[in-house]
Amino acid sequence: MNARSRMILGRVAQAIPVIMGVVVISFLLTRALPGDPAAYFAGPAADEASIAEIREALGLDKPLIQQFFFYVGDLATGDLGTSLTTGQTVMSDLAARLPASLELTLVALILSCAIAIPLGVLAATRPGTWVDHLCRVLVTAGVSMPTFFTGIVLIYVFYYLAGIAPSPLGRLDFIYLSPPHITGFYLIDATIAGDWETWFGALKQLVLPATTLALFTLAPIARMTRAAMLSALSSDFIRTARAAGLGSRKVLFGYAFRNALLPVVTTLGMVFSFTLGANVLVEKVFAWPGIGSYAVEALVVSDYAAVQGFVLAMALLFVVLNLIIDIAYALIDPRIGLN
Amino acid sequence: MTDTSRRNFLKLTGGTVGAAMLPFLKTMPAQAQSNSRIVVVSGQTINSLDLHRTGTNRASYQVAVNCYDRLVSFGTKEAPGGGFSYDYSVIEPELAESWTISDDGLTMTFKIKSDATFWDGRKVTAMDVKWSFDRAVSAGGFPTVQMKAGGLERPEQFEAVDEETFVIKLDKPSKLTLPDLAVPVPFIINAEIAKANATDDDPWAMEYLHTTPAGSGAFKVVRWDQGQQLVYERNDAWTGGALPSFEQVIVREVPSPATRRALIERGDVQMSFNIPNKDASELDTMDGVDVYSTPIENCIHCLCPNFSFEPFQDANVRKALAYAIPYEAIFQTAAYGRGAPMWGGEAEINDIAWPRKSPYMTDMAKAKEHMAASGFASGFEVPLSISLGLADWMEPTALLMQEAFAEIGIKAEVEKIPGANWRSAALVEKRLPLHLENFGGWLNTPDYYFFWAYKNGHLFNSSNYLNEEIEQLVDNTLHIPMDDPAYAPNIKRMFEIAFEDLPRIPLWQPALNVAMNGAAGYEFWFHRQLDVRPLTIATS
Repeated sequence: MNARSRMILGRVAQAIPVIMGVVVISFLLTRALPGDPAAYFAGPAADEASIAEIREALGLDKPLIQQFFFYVGDLATGDLGTSLTTGQTVMSDLAARLPASLELTLVALILSCAIAIPLGVLAATRPGTWVDHLCRVLVTAGVSMPTFFTGIVLIYVFYYLAGIAPSPLGRLDFIYLSPPHITGFYLIDATIAGDWETWFGALKQLVLPATTLALFTLAPIARMTRAAMLSALSSDFIRTARAAGLGSRKVLFGYAFRNALLPVVTTLGMVFSFTLGANVLVEKVFAWPGIGSYAVEALVVSDYAAVQGFVLAMALLFVVLNLIIDIAYALIDPRIGLN
Repeated sequence: MTDTSRRNFLKLTGGTVGAAMLPFLKTMPAQAQSNSRIVVVSGQTINSLDLHRTGTNRASYQVAVNCYDRLVSFGTKEAPGGGFSYDYSVIEPELAESWTISDDGLTMTFKIKSDATFWDGRKVTAMDVKWSFDRAVSAGGFPTVQMKAGGLERPEQFEAVDEETFVIKLDKPSKLTLPDLAVPVPFIINAEIAKANATDDDPWAMEYLHTTPAGSGAFKVVRWDQGQQLVYERNDAWTGGALPSFEQVIVREVPSPATRRALIERGDVQMSFNIPNKDASELDTMDGVDVYSTPIENCIHCLCPNFSFEPFQDANVRKALAYAIPYEAIFQTAAYGRGAPMWGGEAEINDIAWPRKSPYMTDMAKAKEHMAASGFASGFEVPLSISLGLADWMEPTALLMQEAFAEIGIKAEVEKIPGANWRSAALVEKRLPLHLENFGGWLNTPDYYFFWAYKNGHLFNSSNYLNEEIEQLVDNTLHIPMDDPAYAPNIKRMFEIAFEDLPRIPLWQPALNVAMNGAAGYEFWFHRQLDVRPLTIATS
C-alpha cells in the first residue's frame, strides 16, 4: 500500500466518528424541532383518531430511544426511510436531486473560476489600473446582490424581455426527455447516450441559473486570488527569483501563482460547500429540482427522514470534499506531505 | 410508471409524440399551443398518485380527479368571476349509468355503465367499486374521515350484487351521501391490478398505486418526475364524460411565483394554476391573459377569538373586535380585492345563502361603545397568531387589525407560528387566544360548515365555542334534505346565533385565481385542484 492510499484510508477512518456524530445530532435536532408531522400529514379534515393512526404508522408513538435504534438499524441496511413531502424514498430523492444541485453548482463554480482567477491575477499584477477597478466593481456587485434577485433580473431581461433564454422550467424544457439515468448529471448522461440535442437543451437551461450563482461566488474567489497574488508577489522569494533573472512568466505562474493557489483552493472548498446549501433561492426561481429546496421544504413540515437524509448526505459530501482539497494541497505544495 | 426511462416513455406515448419530437424542438411555442398539448404550471408539488395513501398532499388530489372516475360527478355552471364552476345542486353520472334510492333513503342502488372499461381494457365491475370503497373506508386518515361525512363507514355497507349493480346500505338517510360520492375520495380503482400487486403487509396496494395509477379515468399518467412534472395522456376510451380536447397535459412545478408569471405572460405555458392575488389583479389588466378568480364556495377567512381566553368570553369584547376590524382595507391589501366581502350585510336574515355577509362593519364608535360596556373597558393584551405558511394573506391582515385594535385598547402582538406547528396549535390543541382561520367545506351546505367549525370539539372550531342550541341544530339539520320544511328555519337560526355569538368573525371569502394564455374551458372545483378534463384551446 503506497503512501497516498494509506493517507486516504486514514482520512476516511477519521471521518467515521464525524459521521456517527452527525447521525445522532441530526436525529435529535429534527426531533427537537417544534411541530407534529402526524398532525400535519393527517390532512385538513383529520380527527384525533386518524392523527393517532398516522402517528402509529410513522412509528412516532414509540419512545425516542427506540425510534433511534430503528433509524440506525435501517441506516445500516442502507434504508434512509421515506420522505413524507415527496412520497419517495429519501435515497431516490437524493439520487435525483443531489446530481441536479451538484451539476448546477459545479458549472457555476467552473464559470466563476474561469472569470475570477484570471481577473484576480490581473488585478494583482496591475493594482490601481482599470482591471483592478473592474475587479472591485464586479466583486462588490456580486456579493451585494442576493441570488434570487440576480436570478429574477436575469429572467426578466434575457427570458421575458429579450426572449433569448429558454423558459426557466428547471433542468430541461418540457419538450425534451431526461437522458437515461447513469450519473444523474444531465450533461454527462446525455454525452454518454450521444444525444446532443438533449445535451444542448440541458446546457441552455443551465446558463441563467449558473450565471446567477457564478456572479455570487465570483466575489470571494476573485478577492482571495487578488490578495494571495499580491502577498505572493511582494514576498522575498519572488524578489530573489526576479533578481536571479527568471522570466516574468516563470516568476508569475511558476512561483507566485502556485503559492497563491493554496488559499484560493481553500476558499473554493468553502464557497462550494456554502453554495450547495445556499442555492435554495436560485433553485426556487429557476424551478431547479435541487437538494437545497428539498431540505427546506422538508424542514418546514418536520419531515424527519428527509432532513436526516439530507444532513447525512451533506456530511458525506464534505468528507469527500475535504479529502479532495487535501489531495489538491499536496499536489500544489510539495512541502505538504501526504502523510 | 416506475420505469420512466426515455425509451419507455416514447413507447408509452406512442409514435405520434416521438415523431413530432424533432421538428418540434425548433418551434416550441407554436407547437405547444397546438391542439394536442397543454402545459400548466403550478407552485405546488405532487407527492403521490394515490389519494388514499397516508401523507398524500392536496396537490396530488388532481390525479384522483383526472385519472380516476367516481360513480357520480357534479354538473357544470357559469361561475362568478368568469369561467365555469362545478354545480353542487346537479349530480351527474360518471361511472354509474343510473341510480335509485329506496323510499326510506337507506339503500342506494347504482347501475354501472356497461361500456365502461379500465385502461387495460377490462370492464369496470361492481366488484371493483366495492373494493375501492372498502379501501377508502379502511385506509384511515383523511379518506376515511371524508367517507364518514357521507355516512359511509364500514365495508359491510357496500355490496356488489352482480357485475353491473352496486348497492350501498346506510345507517340513516343523509343528503350528504350522494354528493360525498362525487368528491375525489371514492374513486374507482382497477381492483384486479391492485390485488395482483398487494402484499400481506399492504393489502390495499398502497405502495403500487402510489406510483402507478390503475383506473378508468379520462387521463393516464405517462410520466411522473416528483418535484418536476406530471405528464397526462388522454384515455381515448373514456366513458365518464365528453372526451377531453387535449391529448397530452404537462403539469410543471415552478415554485417561484415570479417565474410562473413570466411564463404565462410570455405564453410559453397556457395555464398558471393558483396564482397569488396580486398577480391575478395585475394580469387581469393585460391583453392575452385571462384571469379567473372564483370565490371558493363554503370557505371564509375568519378572525377567531378563543373562548378559553377570558376577555373573549365577554360578548361585548367580541363585538368590539367585529366593529373595529378595517374590513375594506384588509380586503384590498391582503386579497387585492379578489374574492367576496363578508361584512356589512343585512341585520335580518331572510335567506339561507352561505357564505354570507355578517351584519358588522367598520365602526369605531360602536366598537368603543362595546368595549366600554364590557368587563374589560381598560383593555388587555393578547397575542394575535398567524401561520407563516399562510403569511401571504394572514400577515397584512394581522398588521391592519393590530393597528385598529390598539384604538380600542386591545394590544395585539402578532405571533407568527411556523406552518408545521400551526395545525397542532390552532386546530388540534385549540390554544391560540386570537387567530386567523380559513376553513372551507367540500360539501357545499351551511350545516356542513357549521358541523366542522361551530360544533364543540370539532377540528375547525378553533375558538372552543360551545352553544347547546347550535349543537342541537347541527345534529338535527346535517342529514335532512334541503327541501325539508325544517331545513331553512334551522339554518337561519344557526346564522343568527353565529352572528350574535361571533366565535368566528367573517372577513372575506377568498378566491382561487387561475391565469390562462391560449387555453379556455377552466372549471372551478371545490377541491381547488386542477381538473384538466374540460380544458380546450382558446378560440379567439
